Amino acid sequence: MTPNPYLWLVPILPLAGAAINGFFGRRSSKKAITAVALVFCGLAFFLAVVIAARFSSAAAPYYFDLAHWIRSGSFQVDFSFYLDQLSLVMLLVVTGVGFLIHIYSVGYMWDDDGYYRFMSYMNLFMFFMLTLVLAKDYLVMFIGWEGVGLASYLLIGYWFRKDSAAAAGKKAFIVNRIGDCGFLIALFLMIKHFGSLDFMRVFTAVQSLPTETAGAGLLTAIGLLLMVGAAGKSAQIPLYVWLPDAMEGPTPVSALIHAATMVTAGVYMVARSSMIFERAPMALMVVAIIGTLTALFAATIGIAQTDIKKVLAYSTISQLGYMFMACGVGAFSAGIFHLMTHAFFKGLLFLAAGSVIHGIGGEQDMRKMGGLRVYMPWTFATMGIATLAIAGIPPFAGFWSKDEILWKAFGASWVYWLIGVVTAFITSFYMFRLMYMTFGGEYRGAAVQEAHGHDDHGHGQGHGHGEPHESPWVMLGPLVILAVLSVVGGFVGYGNRFEHFLAPAFQVASTEVAQGASHEAADRTLEYLLMSVSISVAGLGWLLAYLLYSRRPELPARVAASLGGLYRAVANKYYIDELYAVLFVKPVVDGSTTILWHGVDQGVIDAAVNDSADAARHVSDTVRHMQSGNLRSYAGWVAAGGAVVIAYMVWMGVR
Amino acid sequence: MVPLSYYLLLSGILFVCGVLGFLIKRNIITIFMSIELMLNGVNLSFVAFAAHWHALSGQVFVFFVMVVAAAEAAVGLAIIIAVYRTRETLNVDRVNLLKL
Repeated sequence: MTPNPYLWLVPILPLAGAAINGFFGRRSSKKAITAVALVFCGLAFFLAVVIAARFSSAAAPYYFDLAHWIRSGSFQVDFSFYLDQLSLVMLLVVTGVGFLIHIYSVGYMWDDDGYYRFMSYMNLFMFFMLTLVLAKDYLVMFIGWEGVGLASYLLIGYWFRKDSAAAAGKKAFIVNRIGDCGFLIALFLMIKHFGSLDFMRVFTAVQSLPTETAGAGLLTAIGLLLMVGAAGKSAQIPLYVWLPDAMEGPTPVSALIHAATMVTAGVYMVARSSMIFERAPMALMVVAIIGTLTALFAATIGIAQTDIKKVLAYSTISQLGYMFMACGVGAFSAGIFHLMTHAFFKGLLFLAAGSVIHGIGGEQDMRKMGGLRVYMPWTFATMGIATLAIAGIPPFAGFWSKDEILWKAFGASWVYWLIGVVTAFITSFYMFRLMYMTFGGEYRGAAVQEAHGHDDHGHGQGHGHGEPHESPWVMLGPLVILAVLSVVGGFVGYGNRFEHFLAPAFQVASTEVAQGASHEAADRTLEYLLMSVSISVAGLGWLLAYLLYSRRPELPARVAASLGGLYRAVANKYYIDELYAVLFVKPVVDGSTTILWHGVDQGVIDAAVNDSADAARHVSDTVRHMQSGNLRSYAGWVAAGGAVVIAYMVWMGVR
Repeated sequence: MVPLSYYLLLSGILFVCGVLGFLIKRNIITIFMSIELMLNGVNLSFVAFAAHWHALSGQVFVFFVMVVAAAEAAVGLAIIIAVYRTRETLNVDRVNLLKL
């Protein structure tokens, strides 16, 4: 490939957009803000396409040194960008989906007071996300990693006047810190043992180490710590609790950050570190187990949620679980494939949900929706496509990637496969439940108010007819494009083309792909069998949702009543938040209050300062009486002092 | 030949008189004279030692002390005049603004 001088421009452009809007946006017109945000983001996408067009696998990986950063002895870190097949896929997904969501945001956020702030944060997020995927170095990746966390915090707490939004932002940030702590320690281990954080140098060093089959060693430790980081960022058990709360942010944010891009950073990081994980089977197994459990666990919670965005949030966690399951069984390219298709259909789902919320005046409770297919046919159609995609109905995108994962999982252990299939069934059920509750039946909500609802976004003028309305084209356009991608996006994986394309990025895995090809040919019948099973469970889920929520809408309440405690546990998210509150939050808060605040801060630090001041005052209260202003008393003190000195000298002389 | 101890005794008496005068008297001029008395008591012991040990340094020191005393007298009398002009008294107990 010809050296590509544009690569470093891709992240810088959104940063420029963020800076311009951030500094000058307050005094600019909304049109100017829109132009800046879209042009810089669009240019980044355009450049990404140019780079993709000029990309040739033969010359990969390509890298570009922008500047030196840290030089300390043999350890050095540079601001360098790295482009291989893996980062190319991420680059296209992030800029493409990101650009579409930016366009959508124009319509969604147009009437919000902080429009410039929102656009600036969105561009800032794009910068950090692109830094993350283009980094050549774990430390630069970590900058992007922390940066997207910052952008996520800012955007979750975008409506910071609302307490719940501010709290959700903090929660996301703090939970992510726990994960980042693991990531950082992994980086320290790498510096200590490999003397570098550069991907290529680390991987070269790793290649010289044996696979840790017998017991846990350095690579297992690094892998597990990286997984802690990934679990924080990608909302896996046990650190997933922040993602549902993150739905407090505006819906485009949920689509961009908490569905399509940022939360997949953990998957990307694990895939990027495939070399390390390949040699640490135990860490890989932990990844697979966490992913599998998260997929099932989050899906079951999704069944009983009534907030449309919460359903999608748990669905996202569940789908991320699939990606980790794929990585965990060594099928990194399948995980990245699902990451890509998931970005399409889950981004679409969130945007469509945003369109619904926008159309009925900020209501998010599905029980107050219904019948919306009449009012917003485009949203219905696109969301329907996304639902078919996530449920795994062929030939939509989700089918290809999910089936790929399940097939690979079956190769590792039938347990993963079984749980994956059960999860697929639940996924299909809750997604069609969402569809029927939102679009089916009769409209159950109140007349649309122009006032601000739960989502609290401003509302366009001229919609005062009191009925749900379709969104403007600036919002529907991205929906349609994403819908097209959700339909055709899966075909890039047809015949393992995607896997072969990515194979060089997972050098170790590539040999297994070759072996797997012959292996697969022999087991073609088995593959078709498994495929038909997953399709039929998706169909079953659909059927069940249809029966419960369309044919006999009175049934779910009775089912819920008969399940009693189990239903309540699911509806309350298994009380995990409460459990964490008792186990971690309360001890920390109590400990901070009694020991750190009352004990250390007030008892030691404040007390030391206050007591020394008190002591000084007491001493000077006594001593100041010596300074009477009476000249003769001064003279007396001098004389007394002289007498003492003389007496001392005489006494010393005597001795 | 008068023995050294006589001079030293006289010097001590002069010095103690000066100290007591300094402490007891209220008039600034008297206090000032007491200071001169102390200086001269010391001077006396300097010259007595110088004569006794046949060393010149004691005598030289006395000149220094006398110079300092003269300078001090000039400054001190100026201060006394200044104090009298502002406070119309020479009683040190009433010159007591320098306190908390």
